[in-house]
Amino acid sequence: MEEMTFEQAYGQLERITRELEGGDLPLEAALTLFEQGAKLAELCDRLLHAAELRVRQIVPDGAGGFEATRFDDWEPS
Amino acid sequence: MATITVTQLLSQIKTLIEREQTLRNVWLQGEVSNFVRAASGHCYFTLKDERAVLACVMWKQDAQRLGRLPQNGQQVLVHGYVSVYESQGKMQFYADALELAGVGRLYQEFEALKAKLATEGLFDAERKRPLPAWPQRIGVVTSPRAAALRDILRTLALRYPAVQVLLAPSAVQGVEAPGQIVAAIELLNAWNAGVEPIDVIIVARGGGSIEELWAFNDEQVARAIAASPVPVVSGVGHETDFTLADFAADLRAPTPTGAAAAAVPDRLDLASQVAALRGRLALAMSQQLASQRQQLGHSQRLLARLSPHTQIAGRRQQVDDLSLAMQRQMRHRLALHRVELDGQRARLANLDPQAVLQRGYAIVYQQPGARVVTSVQAVTAGVELRIVVADGEFSGVVTSPGP
Repeated sequence: MEEMTFEQAYGQLERITRELEGGDLPLEAALTLFEQGAKLAELCDRLLHAAELRVRQIVPDGAGGFEATRFDDWEPS
Repeated sequence: MATITVTQLLSQIKTLIEREQTLRNVWLQGEVSNFVRAASGHCYFTLKDERAVLACVMWKQDAQRLGRLPQNGQQVLVHGYVSVYESQGKMQFYADALELAGVGRLYQEFEALKAKLATEGLFDAERKRPLPAWPQRIGVVTSPRAAALRDILRTLALRYPAVQVLLAPSAVQGVEAPGQIVAAIELLNAWNAGVEPIDVIIVARGGGSIEELWAFNDEQVARAIAASPVPVVSGVGHETDFTLADFAADLRAPTPTGAAAAAVPDRLDLASQVAALRGRLALAMSQQLASQRQQLGHSQRLLARLSPHTQIAGRRQQVDDLSLAMQRQMRHRLALHRVELDGQRARLANLDPQAVLQRGYAIVYQQPGARVVTSVQAVTAGVELRIVVADGEFSGVVTSPGP
């Protein structure tokens, strides 16, 4: 679950919500879905708020190719 | 006669000229000659017409904004002011902007190229690809030192910091710019194909004059954008004029900030979408629980009906009813028996030998043996008899037997 992208987590949360809204599930299954959904919603929030923009600059590696280096020279001081 | 120095004279002339407002803000047309771009970056040239020449200077910071350097023999328009270069005793024009003569000519070139590319279908609406809703990786083509990059990165950080940014640096004005922009777009596409997927590329530059934005009207830049396998958003800072890069891009934003905002969703919107889903999930769960509770109530009522307690209670009543009936029956039958018994007793009383004896009858027993004599045949003469009467008994002997 931790490896999910926001898109995946959100998509799964939507599916689970619709399934639970479909109704008439055994109590056990409904509870399992609800718990999964709650976890996915938390993951979505975490992915939205915890992330820090990662910027890399692509530069020549001196051997005809390129490599990416961190680029931090933009944040307001 | 008062004398003055050369310096004083030139200083006086310089002051006079610089005080003359009509010479402060001049658009001047002429033909370029002796164009030199010094190692310092400053440009020196001469403008002439049929009858006159004028030395011109364009300082490095202004020359850097030129879309392309003028060629000797070209008619140009320069903007600037007139002053005196004292150390050479020379009057000069200090140009801060330069355009090919008649902006009309630039626009003619622009319109011709635009028509050509449009005919090729480069700008067709069907070619425009939708941008991914939730990009993971964004390529940015712009100058690493420009404000445009900071605008883009701040916007991305604010709206959707989960996205990764790959910066492909490029000059965004000057003669080198078109080639570098094309190379940067190609580099990001190579990265997309060989290293990591890139969802969208932003090609951007901050606001400036149409001359400064000219690199974005370059044919090769437009072609590179149209040919890019990764969708491109343009954000060339000019609110009103569209560059060819804008026409070729999958989406045109008016500014670098606008391009960044168009490329990613806003996490506040997403957070409220997540909150809405969370609410729906909780509501669905409580509805599930309510329906389960209702089913439970139904089952409980059903169970109560089938419960042994209920059944025992019912049976207990049946038992009570039955036992009451039984008691009634018993009493009835006892009463019947009692009546019958009384009758029997009366009849028995009638049969009591004592009662018979009371009425004067006697019982005759033959001795020994105490057999009741019921026939004359039973006795012979001399047989001893015992005779029982109501109040006792006595003995006797048969003297004359029957016939």
